[in-house]
Amino acid sequence: MASINELKERIHADSSVEIVTEYLEIIEKSKLNAFITVAKESALLRAKEIDSNGHEGPLAGIPIAIKDNISTKGIKTTCASKILTGYIPPYDAHVIEKLKNAGAIIIGKANMDEFAMGSSTETSFYGPTLNPWDTTRVPGGSSGGSAAAVAGSEAPLSLGSDTGGSVRCPASFCGVVGLKPTYGVISRYGLISYANSLEQIGPFATSVRDVTTLFDVIAGQDPRDSTSVNREANYSSALINDVKGLKIGVPEEYFGEGTDKNVDRSVRDAINTLEELGATSIEVKMPNTKYALSAYYVIAMSEASSNLARFDGMRYGLRTEDSDWHTTFSRVRAAGFGEEVKRRILLGTYALSAGYHDKYYLKALKIRTLIKQDFERAFKDVDVLIAPTMPYPAFKLGEKIDDPISLYLADVDTVPINLAGVPSISLPCGFSGRLPIGMQVIGKHFDEAAILRTAYTFEENTDFHTRQPEG
Amino acid sequence: MYQNPDGVMIGLEVHVQLNKLKTKVFCGCSTDYHNDPPNSHVCPVCLGLPGSLPVINKKAVESAIKIGLALNCTVEEHTQFYRKNYYYPDLPKGFQITQYDFPISSGGYIMIEGEDGEHRVGITRAHMEEDPGRLVHEGTIDKSKYTLIDYNRSGMALIEIVSDPDMRSPKEARRYLDKLRNILEYLDIFDGDLEGALRVDANISIMGGQRAEIKNISSHKGAERALLFEIVRQKNVLRRGGVVVQETRHFDEAREITLSMRSKEEAHDYRYFPEPDLVPLKISGWAPAIKATLPELPDARRMRFVEQYSIADDHAKALTSELKVAIFYEEVAKKAHPKTAAVWICDVLKGELNYRDLTIEAFKKEHMLSVIELLVSKKITEDGAVDIIRTLLDKGGSPIEIVKEKGLMKVEGDIVSMAAEEAIKENPAAVADFKAGKEKALNSLVGVVMKKTKGRADARAVREILLGKLG
Repeated sequence: MASINELKERIHADSSVEIVTEYLEIIEKSKLNAFITVAKESALLRAKEIDSNGHEGPLAGIPIAIKDNISTKGIKTTCASKILTGYIPPYDAHVIEKLKNAGAIIIGKANMDEFAMGSSTETSFYGPTLNPWDTTRVPGGSSGGSAAAVAGSEAPLSLGSDTGGSVRCPASFCGVVGLKPTYGVISRYGLISYANSLEQIGPFATSVRDVTTLFDVIAGQDPRDSTSVNREANYSSALINDVKGLKIGVPEEYFGEGTDKNVDRSVRDAINTLEELGATSIEVKMPNTKYALSAYYVIAMSEASSNLARFDGMRYGLRTEDSDWHTTFSRVRAAGFGEEVKRRILLGTYALSAGYHDKYYLKALKIRTLIKQDFERAFKDVDVLIAPTMPYPAFKLGEKIDDPISLYLADVDTVPINLAGVPSISLPCGFSGRLPIGMQVIGKHFDEAAILRTAYTFEENTDFHTRQPEG
Repeated sequence: MYQNPDGVMIGLEVHVQLNKLKTKVFCGCSTDYHNDPPNSHVCPVCLGLPGSLPVINKKAVESAIKIGLALNCTVEEHTQFYRKNYYYPDLPKGFQITQYDFPISSGGYIMIEGEDGEHRVGITRAHMEEDPGRLVHEGTIDKSKYTLIDYNRSGMALIEIVSDPDMRSPKEARRYLDKLRNILEYLDIFDGDLEGALRVDANISIMGGQRAEIKNISSHKGAERALLFEIVRQKNVLRRGGVVVQETRHFDEAREITLSMRSKEEAHDYRYFPEPDLVPLKISGWAPAIKATLPELPDARRMRFVEQYSIADDHAKALTSELKVAIFYEEVAKKAHPKTAAVWICDVLKGELNYRDLTIEAFKKEHMLSVIELLVSKKITEDGAVDIIRTLLDKGGSPIEIVKEKGLMKVEGDIVSMAAEEAIKENPAAVADFKAGKEKALNSLVGVVMKKTKGRADARAVREILLGKLG
């Protein structure tokens, strides 16, 4: 597990081509199935260019894995769905442009739940990704490939997207650091939408420092995304090993029934560690948390039912040989979407239908407002909130995939953050046997500095992030 | 007072394409595609490629506000975009971005020339939306083996203007369309001559029955024809003891009939919900500034013409009903006798243009000025002036040349006097009749003089001269 700084030294001493080649070899030998597409040729070509141009840029020559729902010009982008078979975007997402300008090298497109719908990376048309810590277990999802690639040393950095926990969940299950920024801080231009009002692109790395370096590169307003905001900041300058005077809120609702004992203990221990370093903690009430899951799924599925309507086989992707429009688009969608995607499109369509719209969609929006108010109230008294990222460590492959409800319930601690639009970072804080446990540090809108500083201080004073899967 | 014997109620939905904007409504693609190959003015956004996001064109919003103000609507303080979800191959995202609640303007009216004088037609709302692509069939819709799609039109800014059901006859519907187009041209936001610039859906009911919606109307004349047919059809249904059902009907322009579109597509549930990729737009404060820049509209110009140039209201109305004619008139009236100019432009030139299916651009204002000058200085007769105008339209040239070539210079003084004396000498019978009190005998003498002068004398002057000599 090499850090950005270590890699930079090696690139300077040797070459980017050498580094990229090493990572490509690890990917080739790997059984994790973290990648859908390995961009071997373009990565090596780019590395050669960067070597000859003198390594300019904060990420010059450093490989990165990109979740396969982020558009990459000239590289297949599948969303892990059969329906996008053969689709090669003619344009780069905003974050990809920024990465290229910073000198980063796209090494491949990471596996994920189909259209980011899942928490285990098992709904991918390209097969599940395995957890590097225990290959009989899931890596979490939906950005499972991105997290597993970093945990399995197949890439030093990666990008995921977080609609209801899709960065933080796999970060937690794979023992790496993952950040879901405030809604609007990173442009979504080029991110293939699952639920637009909830999702943000987020960085993965093995340390808070590297996550922050990557975050600094990709954050910033983009005129092509009307929901992006102007909050230019140097987040790396927030990385100070000091939490004296920090007020931590502990939302008891996040330590509820169904939370694994080891998870509960590890997160509370982590809070104690921070208190020993000068922080204080108080219990906070977030009474509407119990409604978050239902509201989240209604909103996410409603938006998804509309977002995914464009996949009709007319312009790109899967195409059947039927003669008329109705048969063609129906059969393309029947053949192209997996079970979970169809389930969510159907439920979302239902929730927006005449007669049900007010009962489900509008009600969910009202709950969303209540959840936001919970956070606003809590942040009057505290600087950050700390809670488990996931109620339990990584579960077994196949354990929940046939029981959608129990899989949805796994997102109980992550979805309120997306409904409120606040930032949250997940980082390793303990182990249950050999399985990593993650905690999330949640902040006020646009106060990434506070959560990064808290996470950085914790990391500087513990060694959970330095452990690696055997492999 | 118009009795409206069949209880006709007509409401129109008019789609106006803002084709004078430089770019489309949600992307930077040029709107100048009319002479270019299909699918040459497209980008990820208007093709609805995965991951692309819409960004509102501020100029389109300004145009929408202009239209709202010109139609006497209330312009809202906040406006919001919604998704209208349905599947169709010309709709690349599987939904259309339009407005639903909070349309940009509503509650206005325009005045039209009704069956019984000035008639007020209410404007329910005028809202913004995007144009879909264009389907191109080989031959007719039902016989074509395939359909081609041209997305050049996709994403063009549209304003949908919905009227109240205030029109009581197809003629009023046509007058409404004429007036609306006239206002839009005055606003300089729209070129009505371009393909697809103005499209009409008509709703019509009779005797308080259910309404039929007629689609595929492409001209003002078409609207009138479709509605005339529909009244007859609905009356026949009632006469046979049937009931008019609410349905969508297709206007077959060639056969001038409407046909029922009995298909599954009809039962739409559009599942409207707010577009998450576009934030609600605060437009309070825009309207006053835009109002200040609003040009003089047809009704105001008509009133000003009557006052400023002392011309008849009928002439002022005819002159202002087409912006280009109004401008033409005003330029002529500044340099020539305004009343004469109004008479000759309205009563002669417009008719001659109409007969040849030409627009005012076919006639130079310098030529109009020369013709009026020749008339006022009595160098030509009125018949001569008509001849000049016709010759200019048919063969070109200049008024002076035509006068010379055709010998249209008015004959005066001695020559007329000599001709009159000859006529008296040669027609003693007519002279005797006149002296015996037969007024009509004078006419035959005038005819003789006109013949002798080859029509170049002024008939009224000839009469005077004859009376003098016979007196």
